Amino acid sequence: MRHVISVLVENEPGVLSRVSGLFSGRGFNIESLTVAETIDPTASRMTIVTRGDDQILEQISKQLNKLINVIKVNDLTGKSFVNREMVLIKVAAEDATRAEVLRIVDIFRGKVVDVSPKSYTIEITGDEGKLEAIIDLLKPLRIIDLVRTGQVAIPRGKKDLQYVKNHDKNI
Amino acid sequence: MKLSGAKILLKCLQLEGVGKIFGYPGGAVLDIFDQLFDSPIDLILVRHEQAAVHAADGFARTTGKVGVCLVTSGPGATNTVTGIATAYMDSIPLLIFTGQVPTKLIGNDAFQEADMVGITRPCTKHNYLIKDVNSLSKCIKEAFYIARTGRPGPVLIDLPKDVMKELTSFTYPDKVELKSYQPTYQGHRGQIKKMADLLLKSKKPVIYAGGGIISSGASSQLLRLAEMLSIPVTTSLMGIGGFPGPHPLNLGMLGMHGTFRANMAITGCDLLITLGARFADRDTGKIDGFAPHSKIIHVDIDPTSISKNVQVDIPIVGDVKLVLQELINILEKEEKTGRESHSKEWLTQISEWKKTHPLAYSQKDRIKPQYVVEKIYEMTGGDAIISTEVGQNQMWASQYYLFKEPRTFLTSGGLGTMGYGFPAAIGAQVAFPDKTVIDIAGDGSIQMNIQELATAVQYNLPVKIAILNNGYLGMVRQWQELFYQKRYSHTCMDVAPDFVKLADAYGILGLRATKPDEVVPVIEEALSSPKPVIMDFVVEKEEGVYPMVPAGKPINQMLLV
Repeated sequence: MRHVISVLVENEPGVLSRVSGLFSGRGFNIESLTVAETIDPTASRMTIVTRGDDQILEQISKQLNKLINVIKVNDLTGKSFVNREMVLIKVAAEDATRAEVLRIVDIFRGKVVDVSPKSYTIEITGDEGKLEAIIDLLKPLRIIDLVRTGQVAIPRGKKDLQYVKNHDKNI
Repeated sequence: MKLSGAKILLKCLQLEGVGKIFGYPGGAVLDIFDQLFDSPIDLILVRHEQAAVHAADGFARTTGKVGVCLVTSGPGATNTVTGIATAYMDSIPLLIFTGQVPTKLIGNDAFQEADMVGITRPCTKHNYLIKDVNSLSKCIKEAFYIARTGRPGPVLIDLPKDVMKELTSFTYPDKVELKSYQPTYQGHRGQIKKMADLLLKSKKPVIYAGGGIISSGASSQLLRLAEMLSIPVTTSLMGIGGFPGPHPLNLGMLGMHGTFRANMAITGCDLLITLGARFADRDTGKIDGFAPHSKIIHVDIDPTSISKNVQVDIPIVGDVKLVLQELINILEKEEKTGRESHSKEWLTQISEWKKTHPLAYSQKDRIKPQYVVEKIYEMTGGDAIISTEVGQNQMWASQYYLFKEPRTFLTSGGLGTMGYGFPAAIGAQVAFPDKTVIDIAGDGSIQMNIQELATAVQYNLPVKIAILNNGYLGMVRQWQELFYQKRYSHTCMDVAPDFVKLADAYGILGLRATKPDEVVPVIEEALSSPKPVIMDFVVEKEEGVYPMVPAGKPINQMLLV
């Protein structure tokens, strides 16, 4: 099963490689990983999308916790959270298809961020399903290139990411 | 007053109570070695950096303190990796200082540059590259703290040469505050209560004790628990010494080369109490066949060890000593009626297993390696510190030497590092100059760090080496015999040095025994020598270690003698 894990880490050099090294060294897989500074400049937030059964996820979460620079691990799966991803798509747009591309972008509430005589570059933000949908629609019109950010996620409501206690410290 | 990085480093070590370190000099650490020249800290100069780490490891295992070593950058540093990985797998607290090229050259493929923080990331508990002399003392304080707390492990600090020259004012922090590292020591009370209930209900309990017993210092609590409820105890290789070897409740080691009774008891038990052990594959054999009729309790300080290999009924994260003490307190308040009669049947069954299939060998004209270990045990009264290499020598030592005390058995359990035993014995002898320290070795393993003979001689460390010399890489040969149709591919060491002459070359005593009746006199002479001694026991060439559980089989399916 797919899991979205939010990891609060110390904002120090080498932390990303400790985390990614842990995944590769133990044979866990990463579908996407994003990382950037939080409101506290000494900490960074990683959002990792991974896959595995319950036992593997338990190990991932415990092993992450074991890293000295990891402050908090929070598996958001099964909890109420908002997740978003952004994609930049460069799509061929010649005479016959220019209007069609714009219509699709409009339906998805996307933005055109760059225009050339033969292409549009568009920006779409949404959950994974939305991005997959527009990509599928644009494919027949010829996607020249695309870049995805990977998911970021945050719990709904008042809870902040610190709130949810990590389960393994309470066994 | 401002001090240089090098001075600060040594000051920190002194404040941590470090008196002996192990190491090897080089360009990048010249400033530190210059400070060592008239420092009260003694550096034991090894002959290869791998041995510095193993020696620090032997020092740490015997004393319980953090072992420290210091080596130069590049090859000096990369040579430590096997030693670090060995300590990491066995949860041994070490601090490894490696030199590094000056900060402005890092990443330039400079002379003797290696990315040690990158290389050791997967085999250290944590590591640091010091880029600013002002963070040096704080990082050293943290490193000691991280190495010895929680599940202990090696920590590496990489020291660029220019940082060792830079000056700053020195303060040593009194305490460590790491918001991201807070090991759990106290076990969950409710879980411990449940553990007590299960213990009192079970009819066929077995304790499976690992290295955690030794690192947390829980031996006396373990003994108390076992005797209180007459629970038999089996240990992993790492747990040896955690429960007295000759004790009637000791089943010996479990697993691939475990005793018949230990493996049968695990298979037949209705409650397995796992204490500071991690269900390593060498212990469990085929997982499905491991303790199949049993509820399982697992106490470990490392949450990742829990439910990693085996799903357990009662997990308890905590320090095994504190958990056991709490458990004992609870049990002492409870009624224990009805307990004894149940355990009597169980204990009778176990002694039956011991009678039908004891550890055994038979000796005729040629020396049996097991006999050598048995004699070493008898003649030292079980009071020596024993290290081993890896392979058959290691298994025979763990089977035939009955360890009475914790921290007297040094062996590379997790990584299985050949060449570990001799330098580890050197480290142990540095820690305990008056104790008898013996490395039980094979003729293959001893050659992996034999250069350390010079270290032993230089520092008057009277380590005894007992080589069980069968002319083979015996354990690999045994697998080839059993599972590869006796195709002894590259396991026969046709050429080895004459170990007696080699001893002579180093100015120490070399002795050889080729017949069974020469074994005792050789050990006698070795033990009475104030010098390092090599004992070359020319043993039966194709002796095997039994019992043996073939890879992938459940542990009750043993090949017996």
